Amino acid sequence: MSASDILLWVALPYLTIAVFVTGMFWRYKYDKFGWTTRSSQLYERKVIRIASPLFHLGILAVLGGHVMGLLIPENWTHAAGLSEDAYHLMAVGLGAVAGACTLFGISLLIYRRRTNGAVFAATTRNDKAMYVFLVAAICLGLLTTLVGSGIVGEGYNYRETVSPWFRSIFLMDPKPELMAQAPASFHIHAVAGMLLFLIWPFTRLVHAFSAPVQYLFRPYVVYRERGPHDPGSRTARRGWERVG
Amino acid sequence: MKIMAQMGMVMNLDKCIGCHTCSVTCKQAWTNRTGVEYAWFNNVETRPGQGYPRTYQDQGKWKGGWELKRGKLRLRSGGRIKRLLHIFSNPKLPTLQDYYEPWTYEYDMLISTPLGEHTPVARPKSLITGKPMKIEWSANWDDDLAGGPELAPSDPVLVKIRDQVTDRVKMEFEQAFMFYLPRICEHCLNPACVAACPSGAMYKRAEDGIVLVDQDACRGWRMCVSGCPYKKVYFNHNTGKAEKCTLCYPRLEVGLPTVCSETCVGRLRYLGLFLYDADAVTAAAETEDEHGLLQAQLDLLLDPNDPNVQLQALRDGIPQDWLDAAKESPVYKLAKEYKVALPLHPEYRTMPMVWYIPPLSPVVDALRETGNDAEDAGNLFGALESLRIPIEYLAELFTAGDTAPVSQSLKTLAAMRSYMRDVNLGRDPKPEIPAAVGMSEESIYNLYRLLAIAKYEDRYVIPKAHAETARDLEELACSLDVSGGPGQYQPGPFGGASGRPVPVAVETFHALKVRQTTEVLIPLDAVRMNLQNWHGQGATDE
Repeated sequence: MSASDILLWVALPYLTIAVFVTGMFWRYKYDKFGWTTRSSQLYERKVIRIASPLFHLGILAVLGGHVMGLLIPENWTHAAGLSEDAYHLMAVGLGAVAGACTLFGISLLIYRRRTNGAVFAATTRNDKAMYVFLVAAICLGLLTTLVGSGIVGEGYNYRETVSPWFRSIFLMDPKPELMAQAPASFHIHAVAGMLLFLIWPFTRLVHAFSAPVQYLFRPYVVYRERGPHDPGSRTARRGWERVG
Repeated sequence: MKIMAQMGMVMNLDKCIGCHTCSVTCKQAWTNRTGVEYAWFNNVETRPGQGYPRTYQDQGKWKGGWELKRGKLRLRSGGRIKRLLHIFSNPKLPTLQDYYEPWTYEYDMLISTPLGEHTPVARPKSLITGKPMKIEWSANWDDDLAGGPELAPSDPVLVKIRDQVTDRVKMEFEQAFMFYLPRICEHCLNPACVAACPSGAMYKRAEDGIVLVDQDACRGWRMCVSGCPYKKVYFNHNTGKAEKCTLCYPRLEVGLPTVCSETCVGRLRYLGLFLYDADAVTAAAETEDEHGLLQAQLDLLLDPNDPNVQLQALRDGIPQDWLDAAKESPVYKLAKEYKVALPLHPEYRTMPMVWYIPPLSPVVDALRETGNDAEDAGNLFGALESLRIPIEYLAELFTAGDTAPVSQSLKTLAAMRSYMRDVNLGRDPKPEIPAAVGMSEESIYNLYRLLAIAKYEDRYVIPKAHAETARDLEELACSLDVSGGPGQYQPGPFGGASGRPVPVAVETFHALKVRQTTEVLIPLDAVRMNLQNWHGQGATDE
């Protein structure tokens, strides 16, 4: 195991987690006002009507696939009676469809962003940089799916190496040697993914973490009042705390 | 029963001359910045006309407000799950073209163009794309019925009553019955925008019922924009957050009227408190018959002079000085006592709290053109009976199509006009005129004082926010003093949309009130020229 393996599969993951967690916390604490989807639907309605749901629902499915593949150990699905071949077929099938939707969706969105004058004018440099990382991660991910499935080259069961490595990071018992065995396409995709999470807190992607699930459970009309113990709608700023 | 206070407004449409001063001063105070160039928290639209944004009243198209489904209240745009599925692309969101594409002119060309044969021109330039553009629509394109023959027939209200209106009458109607409709946020008792907000960022202030957007909690899902049937929530495309009329809450909190009211040339706006039963709002909004909604809404409003109501209100935490203000409230008197003010589109079931006194002047004008005495009570009553079209139009606006309350309101105004003419001309007043509309001579005189004399103190009865909580108020959200906000501070670390909002300082507004109401002319001081903090005492030197 080389130093670069340690660097890529131990140091980088922990750096990513550290930056992501502190970054999100910092952003939420100090930039709630900047925490938004910054929708461009006001400028253009027709393309976004197709492209945005395609991309977002696609990427949610991709997320589900990653959770399945990375977090659930192989022997669990075996125990559930799912053979490796069946699992593989399902994962590749669903993964390819979801990935294709995502890629097609984001391609349309980027096309729209570039060709519609109003949308392009509202695109920041931060957005452009973010798109590079996002598209890179998606494309490399699709490529990895094709490689892993055996459609291109020999198939690869990543659930014996990549997935245990991924879990080992969170179990605080990193096993870089497992990841080091995986094909290069998995390496590149993993690094691209980690880079995406590194910049995540500092881009508009933060809006993914405000999925409004609580909407399903709250009463329709919201009232807010300033009781003696709960002044205002947000916590008092330094120097403005209540006395007594 | 849970009694809450609601700040309400009444606009007397008879007095509106369509000068747009309210719109302009509101814009200067609140939306004179990037991202909301196209937004008018206050706008004045000509009726008949398409309104702003175009045809916003066509709920078959825009799906704003509430509807009844199996007797239960539901947002017209669908249930909660459907709404969450639409957050990636809101199918009912108006685009900029439905409002208008804001623009500026290349003024620089006028001075920087080299000397040449042709006079330089300042071409219009889009504020959205920065490119030259052709101006084809704006917030008031059909002002004063401009383009009437092409545009007015698309008025959703006209479309609705078209069956009853032949072309001949319609044209006559368009010429004779034009009037202006100033609109702000309705600060509804049952706000559809609040109900549609997935983030829970929109809320109704429990103290005074003002509907606000928490700028820190808004995530830009845009459901409020399509949820509001009046289209009075706007999406700031620069900050990515929703913004709306705040009823100038920093001014109200120190007892000053809103900017639109303060600067209204016709002095047609009234501000005051309603007391209402918050527990009964949903049941009232679920009234089956659309024609019953107005009465249901009136039934929600409680009599501030009723000792039981006062007792319960005190128990529910409404301060004594607010109760005193509620007793003097001009809006309660106009809406419930005299029944001359009507809500805008009660059929949206949002229980709107900006009320309108329908215009009698078009009827008077039409009557005068026929050569009759247009201020005679008998003639006016007769005209109100025979001129069905304007009444039907007004009924579509204010009473879900029920003509009886509109007729009653206009008859009361006609009776007041006629009765007071006798008084002013030194003739014997005729008590039978007020009696014909079920009023006493004294109450018709009081109505006259309120509508025609319209003293400042009578129009605006605004209890102050409590001093002991003033500092807390300052911390309430909705400050717009961010990058692109009225304060125009430096942008935050992530560009125009980020950074920390600076709260509106209540102290500033207290000081403003002292300056504005003082008797002596105070010397010029170096404050930033802004209508919100202009003290009305001479110019500022910036």
